[in-house]
Parts: sequence; C-alpha cells; structure tokens
Amino acid sequence: MIHSLFLINASGDIFLEKHWKSVVSRSVCDYFFEALERATEPENVPPVIPTPHHYLINVLRHRIYFVAVIQSEVPPLFVIEFLHRVVDTFQDYFGVCTEAAIKDNVVVVYELLEEMLDNGFPLATESNILKELIKPPTILRTVVNTITGSTNVGEQLPTGQLSVVPWRRTGVKYTNNEAYFDVVEEIDAIIDKSGSTITAEIQGVIDACVKLTGMPDLTLSFMNPRLLDDVSFHPCVRFKRWEAERILSFIPPDGNFRLLSYHVSSQNLVAIPVYVKHNISFREGSSQGRFELTLGPKQTMGKAVESVLVSSQLPRGVLNANLNPSQGTYTFDPVTKLLSWDVGKINPQKLPSLKGSMSLQTGASKPDENPTINIQFKIQQLAISGLKVNRLDMYGEKYKPFKGIKYMTKAGKFQVRT
Amino acid sequence: MLGMSANSVSYNEQGSVESGVDAAQENRITTLLGWNEDLKEMLESNKESLKLEAMKRIVGVFHPKIKNLKKLVYVYLVRYAEEQQDLALLSISTFQRALKDPNQLIRASALRVLSSIRVPIIVPIMMLAIKEAATDLSPYVRKTAAHAIQKLYSLDPDQKEHLIEVIEKLLKDKSTLVAGSVVMAFEEVCPDRIDLIHKNYRKLCNLLVDVEEWGQVVIIHMLTRYARTQFVSPWREDAVFDENSAKAFYDSEEERRVDQSKPYIMDPDHRLLLRNTKPLLQSRNTAVVMAVSQLYWHLAPKHELSIITKSLVRLLRSHREVQYIVLQNIATMSIQRKGMFEPFMKSFYVRSTDATHIKTLKLEILTNLANEANISTILREFQTYVKSQDKAFAAATIQAIGCCATNISEVTDTCLNGLVLLLSNRDETVVAESVVVIKKLLQTQPSQHSDIIKHMAKLFDNITVPMARASILWLMGEYCEHVPKIAPDVLRKMAKTFTDEEDIVKLQIVNLAAKLYLTNSKQTKLLTQYILNLGKYDQNYDIRDRTRFIRQLIVPNEKSGALSKYARRILMAPKPAPVLQSAFKDRDRFQLGTLSHTLNSQASGYLELSDWPAVAPDQSVRNVEVVEPVRLPCIYLVFKDNVKNSESEENSDDSNKSSSSQSEKSSSESDSEKKKTLKNKKPQQQKLDSKDSTKLVLKGSYDAISSFPFSLECYKLMRVLMLLLLFCLTVSPVPVTTPKSSILSPNLLSDLQGLLISPTASALQVGVSPVFVPETSHELLHRMTGKGLSAQYRFTRQPCIYGNSMVSLQLTLSNSTDQALENIHISEKSSTGQNIHRFNAIERLEPQASVTVSMGVDFNDSTQAANFQLCTKEDEFSVSIQPAVGELLLPITMSEADFTKEQGKLVGMNESSATITMTPENVSSQSVNRKVVSVANLGVIPSGQENIYRFSGKTVSSGSLVLVSVVLKDPDAVITINTEKTVMGSMLLRQVKTALTNSGP
Repeated sequence: MIHSLFLINASGDIFLEKHWKSVVSRSVCDYFFEALERATEPENVPPVIPTPHHYLINVLRHRIYFVAVIQSEVPPLFVIEFLHRVVDTFQDYFGVCTEAAIKDNVVVVYELLEEMLDNGFPLATESNILKELIKPPTILRTVVNTITGSTNVGEQLPTGQLSVVPWRRTGVKYTNNEAYFDVVEEIDAIIDKSGSTITAEIQGVIDACVKLTGMPDLTLSFMNPRLLDDVSFHPCVRFKRWEAERILSFIPPDGNFRLLSYHVSSQNLVAIPVYVKHNISFREGSSQGRFELTLGPKQTMGKAVESVLVSSQLPRGVLNANLNPSQGTYTFDPVTKLLSWDVGKINPQKLPSLKGSMSLQTGASKPDENPTINIQFKIQQLAISGLKVNRLDMYGEKYKPFKGIKYMTKAGKFQVRT
Repeated sequence: MLGMSANSVSYNEQGSVESGVDAAQENRITTLLGWNEDLKEMLESNKESLKLEAMKRIVGVFHPKIKNLKKLVYVYLVRYAEEQQDLALLSISTFQRALKDPNQLIRASALRVLSSIRVPIIVPIMMLAIKEAATDLSPYVRKTAAHAIQKLYSLDPDQKEHLIEVIEKLLKDKSTLVAGSVVMAFEEVCPDRIDLIHKNYRKLCNLLVDVEEWGQVVIIHMLTRYARTQFVSPWREDAVFDENSAKAFYDSEEERRVDQSKPYIMDPDHRLLLRNTKPLLQSRNTAVVMAVSQLYWHLAPKHELSIITKSLVRLLRSHREVQYIVLQNIATMSIQRKGMFEPFMKSFYVRSTDATHIKTLKLEILTNLANEANISTILREFQTYVKSQDKAFAAATIQAIGCCATNISEVTDTCLNGLVLLLSNRDETVVAESVVVIKKLLQTQPSQHSDIIKHMAKLFDNITVPMARASILWLMGEYCEHVPKIAPDVLRKMAKTFTDEEDIVKLQIVNLAAKLYLTNSKQTKLLTQYILNLGKYDQNYDIRDRTRFIRQLIVPNEKSGALSKYARRILMAPKPAPVLQSAFKDRDRFQLGTLSHTLNSQASGYLELSDWPAVAPDQSVRNVEVVEPVRLPCIYLVFKDNVKNSESEENSDDSNKSSSSQSEKSSSESDSEKKKTLKNKKPQQQKLDSKDSTKLVLKGSYDAISSFPFSLECYKLMRVLMLLLLFCLTVSPVPVTTPKSSILSPNLLSDLQGLLISPTASALQVGVSPVFVPETSHELLHRMTGKGLSAQYRFTRQPCIYGNSMVSLQLTLSNSTDQALENIHISEKSSTGQNIHRFNAIERLEPQASVTVSMGVDFNDSTQAANFQLCTKEDEFSVSIQPAVGELLLPITMSEADFTKEQGKLVGMNESSATITMTPENVSSQSVNRKVVSVANLGVIPSGQENIYRFSGKTVSSGSLVLVSVVLKDPDAVITINTEKTVMGSMLLRQVKTALTNSGP
C-alpha cells in the first residue's frame, strides 16, 4: 500500500523521509515539484499525481506537504485519510504540526510512523494505543530524558491493541472524575448581493473530554434527536442502540475525542446570526473606489456575537486601501490584496463599520467583479440548530462523575457575495 | 536524548556509499538518533582510547533502558537490511528466539521485524516463522503473520503456493483483528482465488462492523468484486425478469415458495452484504464511507442507491483532498443518475475559497445535474462564477453554460443571449471562450441566429484574441448566406488588415474569401484575388500552401482538373455539430473509488470488476457446515495461556481479553445479556453426569469468560472450568503439545547490544547464516529395510528453532509401497541419551508420495550417533544419524583482529595443526573457502592477507569457539585449528586435511 512518505516544506525541501518497504529514491519527488511549480496557489497542487512508476498522493496541512508514494492500485481516500490521521497524531503529540516541531521530535516521529504502518498497511492509528506505546513528549519528560538518557518509548507493552475495546486503555485512574462535552455547530452559508440566503446548512460536532476511572459505560440522550439528519460516530458508539432508541451509548476512550459529527436536516430553516451591508464600487475612469461595510446582528437568540473576523480578497487592480474602522483593527496586504478586519464583539447599539476609499493602479481599468466577503464569528452558549442534550448517565462504575456540557456556534464557510 | 540537532534530521544515503562500511554505519546510527558531532568524531578517530570512551558513552545512554532502544534498532535494521545484508543476518537468530517468547506482543513484534528484513537468504526462515505464527493462539500474532505474508511475497514471489495455503488457513480465522489483514494479503498475493472466499463469505460479512477501519476498506473492496462474480444483476428490466424467473421457478426449490409477481429474488447472501455494510456509511473514516458507497453503486438495486447520497455529501465537509476524490466520484455518478444528487445541488455551489480543481469539479457536477426545472437557478449561479477573479474558472464556467445550452433546448436561446452579453466583457479570455462556445452552439442551429452573427460581426473590431477572431470569421464564411450583406464587408475590412493578423486568423480569412467567392462572386471576386495574392507571399508556408490550394480549387483555369467542379460541394459541405459532453463520461469503466478512476487510466494492479453473471453460480458453496463443539483442545490451550499469564502477573486481565476476542462477541452487545448467559450456565455446572453436558457447560462458560471483563467472579469460574477440564481429559485424552522453549526468557538484551555495537566495537561474535549448505542427503532408512518406507536426512546448517543446543535436520520421508502409510512418528523411547525434538506425527502418507519434515537433535557436541525408532502404524525401525563433526558447528563472524586475539587464547593443548601439500587447483582463495565450508559449517572471515584464510564457528551445544586457519606456503599449507573441544578439533583437522588434499570440486 503506502510505500514511502516524504515531508516537504513550503520552500520545497524534503526534510524527512520514511520508507516502509524497499527504499524509493528521493528523485520521485521531482514530479511533485513540477506540479507544484505549475500550480498558482499552494492549494492547487492536484492531490494525486501519476509518475511513470509510482503514484504520488499528497496532503497539504500546516504548510507542509505530506507526500505518500504508492506503487499500485489502492483507494486514494485510504491514503489521504491515513495521511490526515498522521498529521492529527503529530498535532496531538507535539501541540503543533510544524517543521520545527517535527525536527525537534524526530525520534518520536520515526517511532510513531513505524508503529502506524506495517509494510504500508495501517497498524495502530488509534491515539490511545499510540500513547501507550510511545509517550508524548512534555517539557518535564524532555528534561528528565536528557539527564537520565532514557527515551519516550513506553515501558509497558500496549494491551489496548489486543482488547475488545481497542480505543480505551485499561487501568485508568483519576482522582477527579469528569466528563465534558462540547456541542459545536458551524454554519456554512452563501449570502448573495441583496442579502438573501442562497444556501445555508448547519454541521455540528460533539467533542468530548472524558477523564473517568475504570471502564465506564456512558449514555447520552438528546431532547430533540430528530434534528440530527446525518451522523457519523466514533467507533465506540453502539450503532444498533442509536438506530433503535436514538441514544448514544458508548465506552469512551480516555481523554479527548470526537464522539459524533452530524448534519442538521435541511428542512429546518437556518437562522443567520449576522447581516452585512456593503457598498463596494469603482467608478469608470477614476482611479478611486469606494468601500463601505457595516455588520449587524440578526437572529442571535439574545446572545452576543463575538470574535468576528472579516476578510476579503480585493481585486488585483487595487493598489491600496485607506479605510477607517469604527472598532477593531484592519490590515491590507498590498501583495496578496487580502483585506482582513478584526472586529471583535458586535455591539447592537453601535454597529461596527469599515469605511474609506481604495486606490487603483494607474492605468488599470475598473475591475468588473466585486470581492467576496468571508466572515468568522463565535456565539457562546448557543447551538443554533436548537439541539439540546437531555441527560448523561454512567453505568459500570460506582463513583459520581462531574458532568459538563457546553454549546457553541461558529461560522464555517460563511461567504457574502457583493 | 542527547541534543537532537535539527540539521542532522534527514539522513542521506547517497553520500555514505563510498565511505567504508563501518563509518557509514556509524553515520547512520548517529544521524538517526541525532547524536552530537563530537561523539561521531570520537568514534571515527584512530586512537583506541577515544573510541573506547565513545563506546562507553553510547552504552551509557542505552544501558538504563535497553528495552526502549529496541524500537529504534528495529527501525534502523529494517531500513538498511537490504543494503547491508550480511550485517542484517547477524540479528536473525535473536528474532528467531523471540518468536518463541511467552508474551504475544514480543512474538508479534519479532515476526514483524524478521519479516521486514529484505534479505533473500532468510526466506525459508520467514516461511517457517509465518507458518508457525499463523497457528498461534494469539490473534494479534496471527494478524502479524498475515502482514508478513505480503512482505515475503514481495521478497520472493516463488513462495506463492505456500503462502496461499497460509492465507487459506487464516481466512478461516474468526477474529476481527485478523480479518482485515488477511484479506489484504489475499488481495496482494492471490486476488483471483475467489474460491477461497466462498466458505468465509458470510463470516466476513458478519464480522465487518467490528473490524478496524482500515481493514473494513480492504474487505469491502474485495467483497464488491466477489459479489459481482457470484450474484445475478439486481438491475434487470422487468421484461427480462419474467422469462428468467419462469425458468428458475421450476429449477430451484428455494424460489418455488416465492410469490410469482415478484420475479427477481435477491440472493440472501447478496442482501446480507448490503445490510451489513449499510451502518458503515456512518463511519468517521472517509475511506470507509467511500468504499461502502462504491459497493452500493456497483451492487445495490437502483432504488436503494439513494441512501449513499447523504453520506457522500457529508464527506464534502472534510479536507480539500478528500473533497477532490469524492467530487470526482460524484461527477461520475451524476452523469448516470442525476436524481441522486439533485436535492443536494446547493452543496455543490462554488465558494471563492475553493481550490481551482475543486471549483472545476463542482462546475462539472452542476452541469450534470442541470435539467429543465433547475436550469434557471444554475444559470443564475453561473453568472456569479463568470465574474470570478479566477479567469481559468470563469472560462470553465462559460464552457459549462455551453454544455447546459446544448443539453437543454429550452434554454439555448437564453444561454446564447447571455454569452453574447459576455462578448463585451473586458477580459479577453472570457470573450474568447464565449466566442468559441457560441460558435459551437450556432453550429447546432444556425438558421435562427443570423442576428447573433450580425452582432458578433459588429463586435469583431473590438475582439483581439486570435482564437475568437478566427471563430467569428469561420462563422461568417459558414453562414454567409444568412448574412449576405455583412460578410463581404467583413472581408473588405480583413483585406486591409490581413498582413497584421495572426496565422490562425489569416487561414480563416482565406477560407472566408473562398466561400464568399463561391456564393457571391460578383461582389467579392476582386477582394478574393487580392487576398489570395497577399497569401501567396506570406512568410508562413502553411498559409502560402493553403492559398495555392484554394486558388486552384475555386478559380477555374486550364490547369485545374475536375476538382474545381466540386469546389462548392467541398467547401460548403454541411458540417456536423460538435458534441459537448462531460469529461467524466468514460470514467465509469473503472470501479468507483479506485486510483484508476481518479486518474482515468488503468493503474498497475487494478482489478477489473467483472460483469454480472447471466446465471448465478452455485449458492451452496457458501454454506458452512455447523461445527460441533469439538473445540476442547482449543479451549484447553487458551485457558492454559491465561493461567500462564496470570501466574507471571503480566496484565492478566488483558491477556484474557485478548484470547476472548476469538469469541467474536461484539462490544455492542449489552452487558446485561452477558450476565444472563453467565447465570444460565452456572446451574448447569452442578450436574456433571454425562460427557455431553460437560462439553456444553464448558462451551458456555468459555463463552462467558471470553465475553466478560476479567473479574474475581470470572476467575472463580475459570477454576471450576479447570476442574471440569481435568475431568474431561481423563474421559477423552487429548494430545497436548507444549513448546518447551517457551519457558526460555528472552535474552534480547545482550544480543541487541551486540547487534548495535558490532560494527564499531567488533569485540563480539555474532551468529550468521551458513555460507554454504550442502544439498547432499544421507540415507536414514532404505526402502527395503523400511518395508517401503524410506527416509533421508540432511543438515540444514541453520540455527535450530526448537532449541538452542540442537542441530537442525531435515527429514524426507517417502512411501514406495502401493498402500498409504499411517501415523509415521518417532518413538518416545530414545536409546541413547540425546535430546530429540520429534516432528509431529504424519497421519497419512499416500503411496508414492513424500513429505519433508524438520526435527532437531542435541548431539551434545559429540559425533556419537543418535539412535531412535521411526515408527509407522504397524512397524518400528531402528535408525541412527551419525553427524559429521562439521555439522555440529554454527558459523559466526568476527573481525580479523579478534580472530588473532582469540586464537592467542587457545594455544597449547587446544591447538592442533597439520601441514599438507596442496594440489595446484586448490590454491585459489575461492576453492579453499569452498572446500572448508563444505566440510564444516563455518563462517568466513574477510582476510587482509592474501595467503591466509580464516574461518570461525562455535559448537552448537556448548557454544565453544572453533577457529580454523589455513596458511598457504607454496606448495605447502598449514592448517591450524584452535578449540577447547580438542577431540572435535582433531577430527575436524582430519576432515579439512582430506578435503584440501583431494583434488576435484
């Protein structure tokens, strides 16, 4: 399956390679570099590149290309999904997945890669099992290791791989038993020029942080499970129980994990929490353009809209922008023509606005299209679809755990066309 | 760790090839572990003291946690084994020993590393190890064995037949851990052996949900192929149905019960597959969701297909690369079945942040989805895209509009008008693309659109893109009859600018002139001649050529032949309209979700999805006989394993669970149910009246144990079970084999030290594989004395896997009678005191058949023959194996310096030497080496001097060193043998002497 893996940074250097079968020469990456050169943007590199003897499947995360070398037919998603799993694991281990972090932890990286694939076939990709095999580096442990000369390889042999509950290790002990669930919903929307919604949908996830002793068996039920239209589960969730009773029943992995991701059925109308008034125009024959943007809250169920960030790719002809924000700060990058405005919180009494003028390059004709505005925001303590957790029960253990549920709504791909 | 400097992160193998082996070796270790430069310098220095200091530091780093180091050494070993084969071989014996470790995880990882060493010499060892591991009690070790199959296959494809046997065995495995890996091996080694799947089909379907996610993908793809060969198509038309079912009605008993109005009956196994894969659409793994989707696409009845839509659309929320693959597959699906994705049309709307290839794919899908009802929405959406900053995308949108316009005749006019508006766009690429698309559209229905042609003629002056200008000119010429007034005027303008135009435009001007000349010669005769004259002297020879051709064709003169009569028919022939079709039209020849589908070309190793068979093959092949509960030995052993582990207090509860995973109890089963079984079975334990009930109880309690998390209660139950088992065993004795060597504690530590340090420190001797293995076999039992049974043996010269002090032997038994011989085995009684590892009894040997088995004998470092009884069902034959002294050795290797040092220690009584006269043909180094290693199983030591040859080995049982050196002093040679075992030494001397004095090979 997966023959080799090359890690390539933004400047096109191979800074790490790993081979699971015989060694494939680095020169195979030349085909990738060719494709990279052809692509205008880093994201435009095709994910699958055929070469005379191999196939290169790559994934771009954190400005690093993870290039897998394949020799024969394999479902491409299999490889892509695995590469993303590798990145997630690195992030899990080192906090960030950057070139520097990988280089600093090169020994752990090699150990991880060795455990994750055997002869190119995934072996242990479950974070819990890996952490038992190879302990993640912490500052304290790094210091201790430097002094005593030990490594991060676990002392004990992993047992999770062998058990019927492979995602949970045994012998978990906590003094404070706690289980937290975050219900996070994202709104994907396209709003057209006149402010009407072209398309809008809600995608949600429930992320959990469970620190419970022993082998707890949890059940989570919803007030309104019918809202959930399409769901995908962590492997721990018992599917039959969900089918029959619409109850999530599971033995949780230890630590952080994504319990559920869902899609809210499209019959429900999606409430759009913000509106944008905009006036972006260029006059024919003049080298100036007008820019006006005002944000306002709408259907927020009384909650405040926070961490608002507006960004927009201005047309190529724009030389500079001279704007005046009523709150927050804005930046304009004259090279990439990217305008971003960090608004902060929207105050309904005094709506934030960004006004001013844009200067065009001399001789450039009036741009014939208007930029799209992308908006990021957060609303705390609200699941915009109205989903509510009813109760969480624990079986199998005697103690009383502390339970907590948090709701949040975020903007996903939220675009306003102008 | 010591400071891991960032610059030594990636190791570069090119640079180290030229430098010496040792240095390269160090280099790699140091770079791999990221050591300091100074340590490297110390190791490379010439001073002994510095080297020693460096070694101390290295060992110091490793010593406290030697176990932890193992992993890195493994990584290193596997990476460089292929390049440094000899060195890699040094480690083999360590792994062989670890294969017998009582801990399943150590067994598994030993097999994993052993099988990853890509050195062809060890193929037989690997084969043996895989066969052993495939029958291991731990499912985890069996899983590793399945992985090893692929590795061995890629190393040596000749082993295919043997490997298929192992695969067949492992396919029968009931553990979810093994299923994914063995199917992967199946796909790699023998994907065409569909017959191996039959019996396991239902089991695989049922296990699927509990298999780990990567295994699910592989199994689903395999089952898709399987189902296409075994079931009849669920897509057949009703008319066809009736005919077939009428026949089937009388053929099959099964179908007789079924209502006649419903002619097509899906095979229950077909239904089973669809039912069991459906929940996997909810998987978090995108590859699994895609795999299930393609399974439904290729196998499900059309009306059930809609359930995959939602899941596929969900995947679009995932990463960019996932989107790309999923969109490609949706594009192919949407051509054939628009209805599936139409409700989700808005999910394919393009966002400005999408990557270009995502945008084009979405456009493709939207075009495919367009129909009379939604076309206006789609066109409105397209209008936004045309204005996009990404001009390539805008051009693609125009193409898409063209496609929609041809496909849906209602909107052709609207589209055309829209495109005409775009002609006044400022961007050249947009205009050019529009003109090209308009040209294609007009070709389909030219008569009604003279005003558009007129409009384009008006815009002509403003359009600068050559392709667009050429297209307009072509349109003018082609439809000059619809615009009789304008066309000559355009030609007039073009005559003025002819010399400044691009070549492609010039060609079209000539074309236009010729066409106008034919239709309207009165107005354009002079213009045409003028243009033809200009073309005659053009710089481009294509244009000169075309001009000359056109002139001959249209202007009649005495030279022109019959062709000019047909000029009008040639030039004004009606041309077929181009067909605008999706780029994904032909992709459906590939199975969805495959690499080949993504690339739209066949990838190596792609397996064609076969067409549905016209008549279903025999269904009964998938029937599995219900196995009676004769799992007794199995239970016993599993149980034993548990006890052993709990005794050693090593995660007793987990090893319990591990063995329990054999019971394939899914975790989704509720605990209460398990308790119930437990309670139900308990009362039965009281009555132990009959053997049958005992078995029942055993099975029940075994199931209970395996499905129940370890607890005190369970432990009690286990004890009861043990008593029961003892009882059972007295009733029906079961042969129990316990591998003796499993008690051996792993002595990895010292070996690893040796492995790591040997290139630099060279103070240790490590076993290597034999240099030479003689093919000759010796007779053990002649067929006359053996009443038809004959036996031959040969020494394999490999370290014995049954015990460290044993010599490994291969026994070939053949039956030359005309009756089958039964129960061939070695009798328990051994007349001499040697310890013999017997081969497992051969139950039956067919006439004229032969079988090869391996056994081990501990000769205790003496040439005394091992006598034992070879028994068949009827007879006993006394046989004996007399080993040559050279076979009682195992080769080792060491450096030249160590050799002299060790030789210095073994002098006096321990030394025996002789001088011989060499025959001239034996003097070459090759022949000396060959002669010595053929006599004795010794390792060759690379020698610095030309006329000295050194060999080293150790005795198998006691491990004493045996050093042989041959010094040539023309024409004589001195053979010296140094060993503590003086008797062996002198015997060996005699044999080496004879070998070297004898001429011939």
